[in-house]
Amino acid sequence: MTDGFPRIDSAGTDGLLVRFSGALGEPANRAALAYRAALDAEGIEGVAETSTSLVSTFLRLDPGSDPGAVEERARTLLDSRNWTEAPLPAGRRFVRIPTLYGTDRAPQLAAAAEAAGMSAEEAVRQLSQARVRVTTIGFAPGQPYLGTLPEDWDIPRSAELAQVPAAALVVAVRQLVLFANASPTGWRHVGQTGLRLFRPESETPFVLRPGDEVTFPAVDEAEFSRIEGDDDGGADWEDVA
Amino acid sequence: MSASLHVEKAGPQVTVQDLGRSGALAFGLSRGGAMDRMALFEGAALLGQDAGLAALEMAGAGGTFRAEGACRIALTGAPMRAQTDGRALTWNASHELEDGAVLEIGAAERGIYGYLHVGGGIESDMVLGARSAHLAGGLGRALAAGDVLSVGGGGRSGQILPSEERFGGGRVRVVPSLQTAVFPDETRARFEKTEFRKDARANRQGARMDAEGEGFGVDGGLHVVSEVIVPGDIQITGDGTPFVLLAESQTTGGYPRIGTVIPPDLARVAQAQPGAALRFEFVTLEEGRRLTAAWREARPGLKPQPLVRDPAKMTDLMSYTLIGGVTAGDDLDQES
Repeated sequence: MTDGFPRIDSAGTDGLLVRFSGALGEPANRAALAYRAALDAEGIEGVAETSTSLVSTFLRLDPGSDPGAVEERARTLLDSRNWTEAPLPAGRRFVRIPTLYGTDRAPQLAAAAEAAGMSAEEAVRQLSQARVRVTTIGFAPGQPYLGTLPEDWDIPRSAELAQVPAAALVVAVRQLVLFANASPTGWRHVGQTGLRLFRPESETPFVLRPGDEVTFPAVDEAEFSRIEGDDDGGADWEDVA
Repeated sequence: MSASLHVEKAGPQVTVQDLGRSGALAFGLSRGGAMDRMALFEGAALLGQDAGLAALEMAGAGGTFRAEGACRIALTGAPMRAQTDGRALTWNASHELEDGAVLEIGAAERGIYGYLHVGGGIESDMVLGARSAHLAGGLGRALAAGDVLSVGGGGRSGQILPSEERFGGGRVRVVPSLQTAVFPDETRARFEKTEFRKDARANRQGARMDAEGEGFGVDGGLHVVSEVIVPGDIQITGDGTPFVLLAESQTTGGYPRIGTVIPPDLARVAQAQPGAALRFEFVTLEEGRRLTAAWREARPGLKPQPLVRDPAKMTDLMSYTLIGGVTAGDDLDQES
């Protein structure tokens, strides 16, 4: 790749970050996921755990490990193939998550639609039909970042933070985020779902995985009040790969 | 007989903590665990047990705990006034708690986070491989009156350790990290020269650093693609304010990080009381790793001394060996 990527840098004293790009992009996202899977399969000594962000893979080192030796192993694996050509991870699902757009439950729909240069009705039509992919799980437990939306949705984050509840669907910079917990955010709150993303007591504590494909079909208030009390919030799943 | 601790009164934020979780970072759950990891090693040394066992972390103040069944305890971290049934207990030491004894732990005299360890550890439920509450992540909760905690049992008492000073702010060493280079030299130099005051709104997720004068933002509202956050990262938010991210940090972030506090100095940030002065000093990555390795290697080697009590309170003075360092270290275990 160009622009000096991929590259390996240190993150604090105990971490290494392998970056596949300096900006959000689909090939770099696939590369990060595939490289992490290969790292885990190889089981490099001195690596405590790995994770991915949008376009990078993180290695947390064991205390007492030799960072230089781990970096050398990581670099050998990195150089062994072109990771941007890697396929998406296996075990992906297609998930439909019913969403109540607008109303007083998601009060920033109008502002988001205006920023994207369309009517609120058109915004709901586009967002409820978009089939997006989980690019990473992060920030909070089980919280997905999903992309990529059409160009019109390259809207900035708001400078003013607003408080959103758990399971809020928010939009900015051509991405959607579904919040795991109540949180302040500069992303616009356009829809509300009932999906509980983090279930620490369950055998599958994290509901979504990177690579999953997701839609957010619109439901009305009557339907939403019927499904929102359930942990799944009316969502359904099917395997795609 | 297995013992338990009954919470009769809990301070504002008493939680079960251990060394945190590994393996859930990829799913957005940071490691978490004790804010002052050295305190867990000190408690383990005082009780003669593993540092991975769970203890109670008490933010700002402790609470009142009643022992059902005899057990051994150790008190570490931010010094708090502690007593059991009218008898003052030495901090950074291990003690015997008799069946029915009531342990009262007051407000922190210095620092923020005090720790109550028990022999054999607190045996609360394991969730995702650890017992730690992760409040920011929505995992576990602060303890309240009426909670009952199982105690593993065992351990030794009558030990004391000198406490490493980390409760009054001071100098904090930082290594360059992922985005350090995007900050102009001038900004980094000014960052090192600035005396910060810890903001009162700090919590287990992070601590805001207040200072007079210009902020430390990067021109043009730098757009950083979201990348991993590690504990100790110093994030500069949109208005130029530094936040040091702590045990329960978010796992990724889009604000640039000017540097990362090295693990040995992170407790100094966590333990600083609101208004305490902190100053950051860059060291090279190699130096930061060397300091961290040396700090980690020293932790299992902590050597407690016998706790020599006030002779006036000793019932049989002649049975104690009063010269520190020459006893087996367990001759005060059989306190009456």
